[in-house]
Amino acid sequence: MATLLEQLKTDIRFLEGLKACINCGTCTAICPAAQFYDYDPRQIADTVQNGNELEIEALLKSDTIWYCGECLSCKTRCPRGNTPGYIIQSLRHLSQETGYFTFSGRGRQQLQVKRLVGDNMLKYGYCVYIDEIDTTEHPEQGPVWDWFRQNTDTILQKLGANYKGNGAGTLRKISETDLDELRKIFTETGAMERFENIENKFHSNE
Amino acid sequence: MNKEGKEIVWGEYQKEIAPDNYYYARSCIRQNFFPGSEETFLKIVGAILGKDIYDDPHQTTCTGIAYHSDIIPMETTMTVVARQFSLMNDSGYKNFIPSCVTSFGIYTEMIEAWEHFPETLERTKQQLKSATGRTFSLPENLVHTSDIIYKYKEAILEKAKFKLINKQTGKPLRVVEHIGCHYAKIFPAKGVGGAEFPSVLSGMIETWGGEVIDYPERRHCCGFGFRNYVVKENRGYPLSNTKRKFDSMEPFKPDFIVANCPGCTFFLDRWQYVIAEMEGKTYGEDGFGIPVLTYEEMAGLVLGLDPWEMGMQLHQVGVESLLNKIGINYCSFDKYKGANGEDIGMPEKPNILKC
Repeated sequence: MATLLEQLKTDIRFLEGLKACINCGTCTAICPAAQFYDYDPRQIADTVQNGNELEIEALLKSDTIWYCGECLSCKTRCPRGNTPGYIIQSLRHLSQETGYFTFSGRGRQQLQVKRLVGDNMLKYGYCVYIDEIDTTEHPEQGPVWDWFRQNTDTILQKLGANYKGNGAGTLRKISETDLDELRKIFTETGAMERFENIENKFHSNE
Repeated sequence: MNKEGKEIVWGEYQKEIAPDNYYYARSCIRQNFFPGSEETFLKIVGAILGKDIYDDPHQTTCTGIAYHSDIIPMETTMTVVARQFSLMNDSGYKNFIPSCVTSFGIYTEMIEAWEHFPETLERTKQQLKSATGRTFSLPENLVHTSDIIYKYKEAILEKAKFKLINKQTGKPLRVVEHIGCHYAKIFPAKGVGGAEFPSVLSGMIETWGGEVIDYPERRHCCGFGFRNYVVKENRGYPLSNTKRKFDSMEPFKPDFIVANCPGCTFFLDRWQYVIAEMEGKTYGEDGFGIPVLTYEEMAGLVLGLDPWEMGMQLHQVGVESLLNKIGINYCSFDKYKGANGEDIGMPEKPNILKC
């Protein structure tokens, strides 16, 4: 069976993200997540570069890899062309493939993300969709959002949108033919399997 | 550095922006949160500038938020991107213009991945063919929609009804510009001015008479952070990041903020409401907020378009202070009317933030 490091090296984001880290810490200095969380991208790069399997496994089971906001500010500034944000993407991928994401609270949040963003894409063809957003779950939307939701049809008509309509336009209904192509791509490329994995691994660990 | 050297360096951060014939790739977030801006872009580029732009009903999400929340494999995003390019091929267009900064980063990243790892391009071709029967070729020109407005900023100035000047004082309006991280931080050479000196928005502001504010956290991320916003319990992250920016820009007294990224525009608007309600702190004048505009709204105001037909009533931070400074005549009653002029009531007033 391939080691965790060998599995990471099959992800092109790992190959692009880790060239030769000199541990200067520039990524940590620029990182918004490092300002907010107990999070240090320099240490992440150091851990995977050292290649210690136990340390990598601990990382895959930790909250740590889920803090990154993927703004990719680190890519701009690394003096050696590394991208800790890409390393994080490869670690998150492997954490879900192995089921290690269920060992951390932050990792288990993937179920919420899948049920929100993943299910929106399959149902509507949009990552986010107005009908699924209310101020109970999104109080930051404020009273203007409640007003918008109460008067969606007429406001969107005023703005020239094509809400739930056929053909082109803002918030048009994406046809079943196009949704079918999207869903087939998800099946062909492993997204459906990933979704099932998130659901099943989560429940098998309850 | 001598002048010649500067020109060489600057030349690396200039990019070709096709002059016409655009395939418009829509944004999930903008269609939901700033629906008027999507339509305003089409109006400015099509009806006002006279360019050919195609709005394809067959496009879907690019998967950007899912990709950066890591719920789908990279192969999925690559193949969805390939399908979007296939749709562009079908329609006969070659210039692809996504209206979302996250999407712009996604499309750019996938093209670069195919270049660096050609075997992934072959795999994507096979997967797209197997799933949909489609083939695809790459666009000849890929730019963000804000690049189009930047390219035609002088043409917009020629048609301008208003400038970004305080009508009462005659002084330039002071503007904070915020560039979405994925516009140029991932691929600096793909953004006008690169990651360090992006000029896509500052170029518009200065051309239309405004003054750009340079403040310490100007290039800080808004904090969207994808899963850091999608999951409710993580939202302290984006809130804290944006507050850091507000605290940094506050002493410079901006008249308004403009952004080119859907998520950033949303957060810069809504977190002002949240901070006001939670902490009693407001960043604008006399208990109001700092108006936050999309670049189409800024261009639309310059061109004399009606703020309520552009959807500016859907901001949580009121924009009237800015309209008054520019000298735009607007009807307060029309703000809260429906498509046929009917009364549809008003949003409730926040407790602290004046609107």
